Amino acid sequence: MSAFAALLARDIRLATRAGGSAMLALAFFAAVAALVPFGIGSEPKLLARVAAGVIWIAAVLANLLALDRLFQADYEDGSLDLLALSPLSFEGVAVAKVASHWLTTGLPLTVLSPLLALLLHLPIAAYGALLVSLLIGTPAISAIGGVAAALTLSIRRGGLLLPLLVLPLLTPVVIFGAGAILAKLDGIENGAIWLLAAFSAAAVLLSPFVAAVALRLNLSE
Amino acid sequence: MFSYANPKRFMELSGHILPWLAALTAILFIAGLYLSFAAPPDYQQGDTVRIMFVHVPAAWVAMMAYGFMALASLVGLVNRHPLADVAARQAAPLGALFTALALITGSLWGRPMWGTYWQWDGRLTSFLLLLFLYLGYIALWNAIENDVRAAKAAAILALVGVVNLPIIEFSVQWWTTLHQGESIIRKDGPSISAVFLWPLFVMATAYTVLFFTLLIVRMRTDILDRRARAAVLGANA
Repeated sequence: MSAFAALLARDIRLATRAGGSAMLALAFFAAVAALVPFGIGSEPKLLARVAAGVIWIAAVLANLLALDRLFQADYEDGSLDLLALSPLSFEGVAVAKVASHWLTTGLPLTVLSPLLALLLHLPIAAYGALLVSLLIGTPAISAIGGVAAALTLSIRRGGLLLPLLVLPLLTPVVIFGAGAILAKLDGIENGAIWLLAAFSAAAVLLSPFVAAVALRLNLSE
Repeated sequence: MFSYANPKRFMELSGHILPWLAALTAILFIAGLYLSFAAPPDYQQGDTVRIMFVHVPAAWVAMMAYGFMALASLVGLVNRHPLADVAARQAAPLGALFTALALITGSLWGRPMWGTYWQWDGRLTSFLLLLFLYLGYIALWNAIENDVRAAKAAAILALVGVVNLPIIEFSVQWWTTLHQGESIIRKDGPSISAVFLWPLFVMATAYTVLFFTLLIVRMRTDILDRRARAAVLGANA
């Protein structure tokens, strides 16, 4: 097994087994979305209109949960030093970490989202747009979040700082992601899904390099 | 250029320049404020048009400060220049302040013009996000104890931010467009009258010089603070 595959498999195993973050992030995602009707009322028309935004925001927040430990745990117990000595480059480490984060958070969220859409009365016609937008958009959250995670790995309460760094950068994802679903609801063609795809592709391609620079600086003393 | 970037030479040179720069700032503000009040009231907006003279320059300087911070971050990261790190670090709170000032004056202008303090329009919203970017940058600097590491991490964040800013700006513009279009830099020349353009130009210069005056004061304080800490550590050793 290559070093990349081994790291990916290890991180997925860590996230999905007892004490891992995958189930917790999913439960958080569902809990946030379920809390919204209690705040704004249960009127089906109102819920149908805000469902896209609520699901997208809940998805972004749930993604943040597991991010702060993405590199920090390995940094604290020394695994990151061993990874630095391994044949895998820092860029490769970053790609494996981001991929494992997406596979254990973004992908399960996408699969669960129709259930929440049902609770929030999203019209069935928009389910396709919901699934596609989450599928395309969540990798960007993992990628940009990975950069912030690499930057904050040495900070003890990094989990509190990380949302402040990441959320402004994720505005385009939320705008285009929710926009694609709303366009479907309104029966218009606004290109949001293509803009989301472009943003996501750029974020996924560029982020590993930036994260690798951040990892290098945190390990150099 | 880098020969002046030595902290010792910077302290000497900036010490000489600072009083003159401060005096220039004061003169520009006096002239700018005089012109702002001397300008005739707008035929549509009345006296509230004068808010423009304190609002638009604040917004310009807020954006320029981010550009300056990103440039200093790049120099700090690539050339490993400690003075560039100091410049980037000290530009951030000033940038945040000018951003907040632009938001506050904008909301005060919005009340009589749009009938509301806050409107989720493209420019207001992107300035709110700019404020968060500044706050994140400042928070990251303060959270990392090791100064060298903090400088590099913050520099990476500033550069990620500067790449993202146009995209955020675009996405927010795409999301909503209620704000009036560009009225200063246009192909067919400025669309606002010269009686308003002059005060605006002088005030913009005043704000810019104010930014650099405050930046130099903050950089000098930062350097002196580092020296003081180093002296205390030396005395204790």
